This record gives sequence, structure tokens and C-alpha cells, in this order.
Amino acid sequence: MSEQDISLIAHLMRRAGFGAPLDELEARAAKGYEATVDELLDPESQPPMERDIMMRYKTEWLAQAGLEGQQEEWTFRMINSNRPLQEKIALFWHCVLVTGHAKCEYPKQQSMELDMFRTTGMGSFHDLLKELSKDPAMVFYLDNCMSHAGAINENWGRELLELFSLGVGMDGDFNYSEDDVKAAARAFTGWTVTNSIPRYPYGKYEAKFMYDPRDHDNEDKTFLGETGNFNGEDIVDIIVKQPATARFVARHLYNFFVADDVQVPAWKDTPPQDIEAIKLLEEEYFRSNYNITAMLRVLFKSEWFKNAKFAKVKSPAETVIGTLKLVGDYKFPRPGLDLMTMNIRYMGQDLLNPPTVEGWHTGREWIDSGTLVERINFTADQVGNTNHTGVKDIINRLSSVGPVLTAEQLVDGCLENLGGYRLADETRNQLVALANDDGEIRSDADNFSTRVATMLQSIVATTEYLFA
Amino acid sequence: MTSTKKDPVLVVLQLAGGNDALNTVIPYGNPKYFDHRQSVVVPEDQVLPINDQIGFNPNMGPMKKLYDEGHMAIVQGVGYPTGSRSHFRSMDIWHTCEPTKIGDEGWLGRVVRDLDPKAENVLTAVNFGRGLPRALVAPGVPAASVGDLETYGVLTGIDDVDQRLKALDVFSKVYTPMIGQGTVNDYLAHTGLDALKGADILSSAPAMYSSTVEYGSDTVSQYMRNIAQTHLAGFGTRVLYTTAPYNSFDTHAGQLAAHTRLWSETSRAVGDFYDDLQEHNAGQDVLLLVFTEFGRRVKDNGSGTDHGAGGHCFIIGEQVKGGLYGEYPSLDADKLDDGDLQFNTDFRSVYTTILEKWMGLDAKPIVGGEFEQLAFV
Repeated sequence: MSEQDISLIAHLMRRAGFGAPLDELEARAAKGYEATVDELLDPESQPPMERDIMMRYKTEWLAQAGLEGQQEEWTFRMINSNRPLQEKIALFWHCVLVTGHAKCEYPKQQSMELDMFRTTGMGSFHDLLKELSKDPAMVFYLDNCMSHAGAINENWGRELLELFSLGVGMDGDFNYSEDDVKAAARAFTGWTVTNSIPRYPYGKYEAKFMYDPRDHDNEDKTFLGETGNFNGEDIVDIIVKQPATARFVARHLYNFFVADDVQVPAWKDTPPQDIEAIKLLEEEYFRSNYNITAMLRVLFKSEWFKNAKFAKVKSPAETVIGTLKLVGDYKFPRPGLDLMTMNIRYMGQDLLNPPTVEGWHTGREWIDSGTLVERINFTADQVGNTNHTGVKDIINRLSSVGPVLTAEQLVDGCLENLGGYRLADETRNQLVALANDDGEIRSDADNFSTRVATMLQSIVATTEYLFA
Repeated sequence: MTSTKKDPVLVVLQLAGGNDALNTVIPYGNPKYFDHRQSVVVPEDQVLPINDQIGFNPNMGPMKKLYDEGHMAIVQGVGYPTGSRSHFRSMDIWHTCEPTKIGDEGWLGRVVRDLDPKAENVLTAVNFGRGLPRALVAPGVPAASVGDLETYGVLTGIDDVDQRLKALDVFSKVYTPMIGQGTVNDYLAHTGLDALKGADILSSAPAMYSSTVEYGSDTVSQYMRNIAQTHLAGFGTRVLYTTAPYNSFDTHAGQLAAHTRLWSETSRAVGDFYDDLQEHNAGQDVLLLVFTEFGRRVKDNGSGTDHGAGGHCFIIGEQVKGGLYGEYPSLDADKLDDGDLQFNTDFRSVYTTILEKWMGLDAKPIVGGEFEQLAFV
């Protein structure tokens, strides 16, 4: 198999999952790129997480009373799931269809929402919006339980249109009016949740979705040009057939899986950078009846995806999970994962607790002088730890190159093991000079593992490594 | 501020978790306090009296001293309309000044932008702790975040000093040529070099510092010491921030023991910080704000207290006009708001006072409106 295959598989696994160590990449490359895409798109073909083992060691995950426990469980799943794209799609929808711990009566409700993203998030967008409209975490987060016939609360109606489906506008025009927001809010009156309090004496428990017909506005509404006595389902039916929704889903998939786009609020007036790619995804959206897996198949098998290596700044979750997968740590739910998980927060992505209903800004906005130091130091600490099995594997593989390595072999070998990274010539020259600094590189020398580790640390500190 | 020549500096200490207002500044003269607090109660004879109605928690000796000397203002019953009992939401409100919608820009981020619009000093704002508090986050505003000043830096995981210096040399060499390679690379390169520069400057602070003050070993004490070190090093830092870690003031259970430890540590940290600045004749430029996101329920739950509303905040400094501000919220049953203290001073009044009278900034765009100014500066 050619080198090209490995680096292409590495690219696919970074995007459709959280990266993989070299031996896994080689095994997948042996099966072939197309077969790997098809396997990733069929998560049910792979075994699920062994929930009983997780819960035996982490009984607190059953209760998930707080934010940190939920973050820890999700981190464990992202590291270890045999269905990497299923976890990646849950992360994708969490970043788009936002709820936040800051406004959540019963924290576990958000983990239940993630489960919904896992099962529904790769199916029809139509189904997904219906499930989302009934998701107790969302109903509470966006106040639909406070919206009543005759006294609407527009929060859900507005964000459904603005942030979860149509988007504010496209090609310079607005996608909906204020009257559409009110009509949507009226149609969703009566969509509420059962009471999840009190806290005492038995602790909080989950809320369930509840439709209260007595609190539903039964008058006619006009929504996006159609008139009728609409209920919530009707609104979703109308939304999903809009060209703006196809654009919205396509652009989000592109921004998350292919290449960094401008921030979402700028989409109304800034056209997509690759309109041909977006049009293909839009066509597939309608052709497949709004099916996300079908859209992803087009995406992953396209040339524009394959040519988009390192066109995205890694998110904090991708950085931390990718690094832990690479070094082979936390394959088992051992103590310390909670503290490890906190690094995602320190780098600026407090999972399940995004700054606003807009979610996180992406791309270069992940990086500031504080988060950059966190990112570099965390990654360098992990890849520099020669006790990690994944780091040992890299050292062993490099030592099998021969008794003496050239500086170039050391640098390029480390780059390959990190997932086929490429450096600017000037950067690579600097690292070669650094590798040469301590004389001949002998793989049987005592300092060999330290020299490999230092090289890995220097590479993960480069700007190139900030990208995926 | 009249006598200061140097730029005014704001230090913020956040008591994360929701400090229990009733057992901090204790209304021991009000029999209703003892009615509401059957278990989680401080006996009258232990209270450090401020007057015949209220007094400090017995573990707040060092802060009482500052109060008695006239260097500490207590703003009583601080809060905001439509109180939220969620930690995160309430903390967001204090951080973004947006009580009715979810805001994305921190008030101190806006302050830093006003102070240093071209982002010329990478250390205009420094946070001590892991991850930036939302108060300091604003697009394009640099803020350093320091987990441990003694070991702060880039690539600190490379143990061998020589190797690390070489790797850092490579780091600066590989980031520099990225400048001019498109906007994203340009931005990343500048950020990387800023981080390196900030770390370099900051790491020189501990060596420049010596003091007879011995701080406690708890996290807040160590961070207050780091703040003193950074201020004394003269890097031009104008906003310094730290947070009591892990929501430690969230005392749902075992409150009496926990609160005793928390306030003996925190009060000592504040007192030591004040003494340290005095020893270095550097206290006249510094104002310290101590706040918490909400108070706790008026009635205890047998072992602790649950989330409530209406807290106190403290403003401390040589230039502060000490004393009591606002009114102590009533404990009368008909004056409670669903079992909570009613606030009477909007937290944005506190911010506005600090911004206008201390920092010399226009507060309106920062706090999002016009709020009454208090007299503590």
C-alpha cells in the first residue's frame, strides 16, 4: 500500500472520528478508503460500548448528577467507541443544536440528548428536528415550556429557524420574517415537559416531553407562505423542504467535516467558499429525503474532501481525544480521566456547557494566547510521556528503521506516526537541525526514546499541528 | 484616585459556588436569623461584631481588621432582577452583564479592550487558574491564563532544561516566518509569539519578588500571592483575576466545617495580599473586588444551604472608603422572595462605580446601561 493511502486514511479518521494510531491506520488502509468510509457510515455494524464495564468502574456515570461526570463519560466514549463517526456526529449536532448545562434542570438530560443524536443524528434531518422539538433538555433550554396559547415565548421558535434549520439568510436575503418566528412559536404552544423538581427528598429526576392540547394555539397560522392550523410537526415539515435548510445543513457539514468556513452569523452575506461542493450536498439532501448519512457519503467520497487535508483548526475536543487515542491512554475507565477531561474546558470548549445558544465559534477562534498554551502543553506532555503505550509503539517503530537514523528519518518518522503531518520547509529544516543537535541518532542508545519524545513534543508545538 | 500617579489596577477574586451571605456577614442582632438557621448557625458570642446588628463570621479576623481600618466596603444585598439559582447561569450573568439573554462577551474583556485597544501589552489582563473565566473573554482581546506562576511557560513538559530551551528556540523560529502567510497563519503566529512573550515576561516575576509575608498553602492564597508578584513586577497588568477553585463555596452539606475552613483561608489570603502590597508600598493603585454568584437559601437544610439569592460583595483597597453600603436584606417572612433574601443593589452598580470612579472608564457600554454609582471609591 502506498504512503498516500495512509495519509488519506489518517485524514479521513481525523475528520470522521478522532484520529487513530498508525497500526489502526494501516489496518484500515489495507481494507481500502471506500470500504472504510462505508464502515464508518454504518456504525451499527460495529459493537456498541460495553456499558456494564463502564458502569462497574464509574458508578457515578449512572447518576450523572453534574456537568463533569457527563463530560467524563462522553470523553471515554469518544476515545473508545468502535463507532467513531457516531460519536463525531453527536459532537457535530451538539455544536449546532445547542443546549447548555447553564440552563438545565436535570444534568443527565443532556446525556440523554446525546444518545438521541447518536441514534437519530445520522438518519433523516426531518426526524432529527422532530426529536429535537420534543427533547426535554431543549424544551427547557429554549423556554418552550414557558410558551402558551395567547402568551407565546418566541425563544424556541426563533432559534429553531435562526440557528437550527434555515439560518438568518442566504445569498444576501433573509430566510424568514418576524411573523414567521411568531407563527412557529404559536404552532409549538402546548409542547412542554413534565415537572422535574423537586430536588428533595429523592434527588432530581428526568423530565419527559408532554403535549398539552389545552395550551395549544388552535388558530390558523401563516408560516413561510403556507397557511393552516399548524402544529409543531407541520412547522418542521415546512422547514425541511426549504432550500435554505438544505444550504444550512450542507454548510454546517462542510464547516465541521471539510474546511473552516466563516463564522455562522456571517453566512447570510458571505457565500460558501466551495459552492460546487455545497450544491452537491444540497442535491443529495433532497434526493435522499434529508438523509445525513447519504450526504456524508457524498462528502467523504468527494475529491474536495480528500484534498482538504489540514484545512481545519482542531477543536479542543478533537485535540484532547485525538491525543489520548494516539498515546493509547484511558482505554479503560481508570481514575484520572475526569482531570484529563478538564483539558477540553481549559482549551475553551466546555462540552455540554457552550457559551451561548450559538455554540462555539470555530476555526482560528479556538486559539488565543491562553488556550494556545494549554493546547501545546497538554499535547506535548502526552506525546512526551514515554510510559504511554502509544508513545512506546512509536519509539519501537522508529528504532526498527535501523541502528542509526538520519535527522530527516527521525523528523519524518515522527510526522508519519502523528498521522501523516506535513510541515513547511522552513519548519522542517529547523526540526532537522534540532534533531542533529545531539550528534548521531542511534536507536540502541539510552537517549533514543527521549530524543523521539522531544521531537514529537516539538512537532505538536508547531502551527501545522494545530490543524486537522 | 486623586493621589495616584500610576494606572489603577483591578483585582477580582471570585468565590465560586455561591457563598452563604447570612453566615458571612451575620445578622446576629436579628432573632429571625436564629429562627431560620436551626443547624447551620453561628452562635452570637462568636460573631465578630460590626455593629449591634451584624458582624463577621468568626473566621474573618484579617478582613475585619481591614474593615476596622476603613479599607473595606461591604455592599449588602447585591444581586440582579430575575435571579437564577443555577451556578453557571448566574455566574454568566455576573460575567457578561446580561441578565435576560445569554451574552458572549465578558465585562472585563470589554474593559481590557478599552484599556489596550491595539492589544499592545499581552499582559494587560492575567488570570490565575486553568481556563479563562467568561468575564475575561472577548473576541480579539488577549488575556494570559496562568495555572502556576512558578512553572508557567510553553512546552513545560520537556524536563531537560537544555532540551527545552532548544525546543523553545525552534518554536520561536518556526512561528516567526508564518507571519505574512495568510490571515489565519498570521493570526496563529502572532498568538504563538504573544504567548511565548507573555510566558517569558511572567516567568521573571517570582525571581524579582521578595516579601516577609507568608501566604497560606491553599489555592486562593497562592494565587493571591501570584497576583501580588505580577503586580509588583510592573508589567503594566491592569486586570488580575482568580477564582476559588471547584465551586468550593457550594456548601450544600457539612457547611459549618467547610465554611470555617473556606473563610479562614480566604480571609487570611486577602489580609496577606493587602499587607504584601503595603510592605512594597504598592497598595495605593490596587482595588480588590470579592464577589460570589449568589447567596444561599435563608433556611438551612439541616447540614448545609441550597442555592438562593442576594449576596454581599467586598471592595478592598487603600483608596476605598470603607463601611457599609446598601441595606441588609430583610429576614421578615413577607420580605423574602420565595425563601430568598431580596437584593437591593444591582451588581452592575458595583461594576459601574469601579469602572467610572476607579478605572476612569465609561461604564455604560461595558455593563450595558446606566446604573447608580455608590460612594465606596
